[in-house]
Amino acid sequence: MSNLLSPAGTKVLFMGNEAIARGALEAGVSVAAGYPGTPSSEIIERLAHVAVERKLYVEWSVNEKVALEVAASASFAGLRSMCVMKQNGVNVASDFLLHLTASGTRGGLVLVTCEDPGALSSVNEGESRYFARMLEIPLLEPSSFQEAKDLTKWAFELSETIGNVVMLRSVTRMSHASGNVICGKLPSKFRQAKFDYDGPVMDSQTGPMISTPVVAKHALHQGKLKEAEALFEKSPFNQYVGPARPQLLIITSSACFLYSQEAIKMLNLQKRVGILKLASTWPLPQKLLKKYLRLTSKIMIVEEVLPFLEENVKVLAAGILKELGIKTFYGKIDGTLPAIGELNPDLVAAALAKIMKLKYKSLPAAYTKELQKAAALIPAREQTFCAGCPHRASFWNIHNAIALDGRHGFVCGDIGCYSMAALSPATGYHTMPTLHSMGSGTGLASGFAKLGSFGFDKPILTVCGDSTFYHAVIPALINAQHNRANITFIVLDNAGTAMTGFQPHPGLTTSALKDVVPAVEIAAICSAIGAKVRIGDPFDLEATSKILTSFLAEKGSVKVLILRQACALSPEKKGKKIFDVKVNEELCLGESCGCNRLCTRIFRCPALTWDRTKKKAVVDEVICAGCGVCYSICPQKAITKTEVIN
Amino acid sequence: MKHRVSDTKLHSKVYRGGSESPISKTQCIEIGKPNCPASAGQDVATRHAPHKDPMNVIITGVGGQGNVLASRVLAGMLVTAGYFVTIGETFGMSQRGGSVMSHLRISRESVLSPQIPQGRADIIIGLEPAEALRVLTRYGHPEVVALINSRVVYPIGVITGELSYPSLAEIESTFKKLTARSWIIDATVAAVELGNPILSNIVMIGALAKTALLPIDRRAFEKEIAKDMAADKCKINLRAFDAGAGMI
Repeated sequence: MSNLLSPAGTKVLFMGNEAIARGALEAGVSVAAGYPGTPSSEIIERLAHVAVERKLYVEWSVNEKVALEVAASASFAGLRSMCVMKQNGVNVASDFLLHLTASGTRGGLVLVTCEDPGALSSVNEGESRYFARMLEIPLLEPSSFQEAKDLTKWAFELSETIGNVVMLRSVTRMSHASGNVICGKLPSKFRQAKFDYDGPVMDSQTGPMISTPVVAKHALHQGKLKEAEALFEKSPFNQYVGPARPQLLIITSSACFLYSQEAIKMLNLQKRVGILKLASTWPLPQKLLKKYLRLTSKIMIVEEVLPFLEENVKVLAAGILKELGIKTFYGKIDGTLPAIGELNPDLVAAALAKIMKLKYKSLPAAYTKELQKAAALIPAREQTFCAGCPHRASFWNIHNAIALDGRHGFVCGDIGCYSMAALSPATGYHTMPTLHSMGSGTGLASGFAKLGSFGFDKPILTVCGDSTFYHAVIPALINAQHNRANITFIVLDNAGTAMTGFQPHPGLTTSALKDVVPAVEIAAICSAIGAKVRIGDPFDLEATSKILTSFLAEKGSVKVLILRQACALSPEKKGKKIFDVKVNEELCLGESCGCNRLCTRIFRCPALTWDRTKKKAVVDEVICAGCGVCYSICPQKAITKTEVIN
Repeated sequence: MKHRVSDTKLHSKVYRGGSESPISKTQCIEIGKPNCPASAGQDVATRHAPHKDPMNVIITGVGGQGNVLASRVLAGMLVTAGYFVTIGETFGMSQRGGSVMSHLRISRESVLSPQIPQGRADIIIGLEPAEALRVLTRYGHPEVVALINSRVVYPIGVITGELSYPSLAEIESTFKKLTARSWIIDATVAAVELGNPILSNIVMIGALAKTALLPIDRRAFEKEIAKDMAADKCKINLRAFDAGAGMI
């Protein structure tokens, strides 16, 4: 239970994301913009909570590129600003980022990217550290909660000193982990916005903010990176911990520092292995690296996910080979550490044990054997739509319409909780065979629909969530309409950015700051481009099914069905049942019913379970959200629903 | 409401506070046993000092059972008591009906890795039995202590009939065999009696406090929840806490 505005000196428990938010506040940030994405969302949320007290402007932007543009405008006007996103958000923002890093910035601008090694809540384990190298901007990676705060604060100063964007990268195990942080001082002065642009074109403080003349500006740009490198040489955030003459040097950053420290302790190697913890991972401070690379001939680089640091350290070492001598490098490239997924103390300890030729002490063999026996008892727990989730009903409808149509139509998937229809096919009733980036479902559908002349004749459907619609679907939808792509486009509108915690989006009348704002209607946008639009309730199986069936049969271009039903976990719905749902044991025919357990074998709601003794369906009242959809699927009408009077 | 307790392997190891620890070095505490009577006014952190550093706690369950809140409340109490606490958890898509885990590292010395190494959990708090078992098989060691809610949440594979769920008796005997001590309590039954199954997590926290495995008590809990909970909510949470404490 943290408090973002705790007075200086207070020791608090902060989530990594809260520490980053606090660091920004201590730096005097004025504007923060972002698009929700796990594990980054809490940074903007927490800042929005304190916006009034700290005189901030905070917004959930329509997507990451616009968020960066909003933050950049504040920087141009001399304010400190921050832009927050998850790893793949940097891809979305990257076109503007390329040009922004070339024009430079004024007020400190920090781009925070929270990445997800192991894809704990992502459909990729993308890396954006390579953007820092490619776009020639400094990259910082905090290794503890305290450092997450302190480094964020320093990132603003660095950005302002060099006049360019600074990228701060966190990972799930930092952003969503929590630890003790001692708060610093919050500034008492607030800046005013002022944008000068009448000065000479090469004057970064008074000239126009443009990337031309390109080559001349590029030279300035690279000079800024050199300046950052010089600062990194002396940065107290880069630290060596270990013996004066280690047998092995670990070079690491981020949560991997904590794993490395733990692994060294687990193997009792404190006197033999040292750690160079880098907070600045691009550009590498050459003199500092040289000093520590000299300590030993064996070096292991511990990082997630790609061997970014490893490559850069090796290139650096190759450049000074004559002075440095021959080194042996261990890491991802030689297979000492796994090349994929997230790391943990066990994986680092295993790598250390291998290099140091140690036996990694494990549990007593008999106990391990018993654990293995116990593991065999445990059923796998597949992810699924929650009880009462509108997506289950939507996919039930979609599946039935495709089956009725009989031409083996399919759904191009998109990003949201409904991605689970692709990740765990039975959850989506085997309707969704593609899943990529936000908005790509509609683009793919637009393309599939044009394959008719190549003998491809299937109904093409696609889905997207309400927030995704605004983020990246609109251009693809216009493309489909304009190119006469015959698609059925279904918006799974659950009234918020549900998966990341119900952040508002442009379709709602509330903003990040809880102001009343105009809603931009999905239906109005779709109608305006000339698409046929219907609105339905996914819980009304009969009506929804009718619309879908007619859409699939219809020729023409884009047909839009907006299925509206709030998320079962949304604040307005959570814990409030619409119906009291029960199974009438006398009517349920169990296994002798011809339905072949449609309710529990196919429908797959966690609240509708099977009593193995009675051999009948049963509703788990603790889990049931009372949506009443299962009432409509039972051919025997054995499931009853009674409206709950609140 | 039934309470099942097993303490067949209650061990008698003597632990001491770490060298940096302000805790008296002569104070010895045994796992699972109530502490020696405390003198009035003595600080809770001193009375119930953890017996090793770090203490590794895993709270596990199914998405939606209140794992995160339980870990926050527990960590908040420990931070107030002066400990470094590191929590590792995941949320987002990983919680949609899936297995969830919060790792808590409690130390007098420093923050630690947000992931507990395998075989190094000291306390497992299971909001769901199969999840508790899953954590045990990865993070358990012969000295681990487990506190488990008996309420089952069936995985989809079990509902469809593709997988089977172990019987509670099997789960109980496995825990008996593989832990130093375990309690299986009907936390959800108590929560439903209090009017809301979501209170199961707080019932578990109350039970944990009563075990005296960690330096937390009712007063610390009350102070912690009062930080950002409305008065009526605090009241029902305190009742849930008491219900849990009554089960140990």
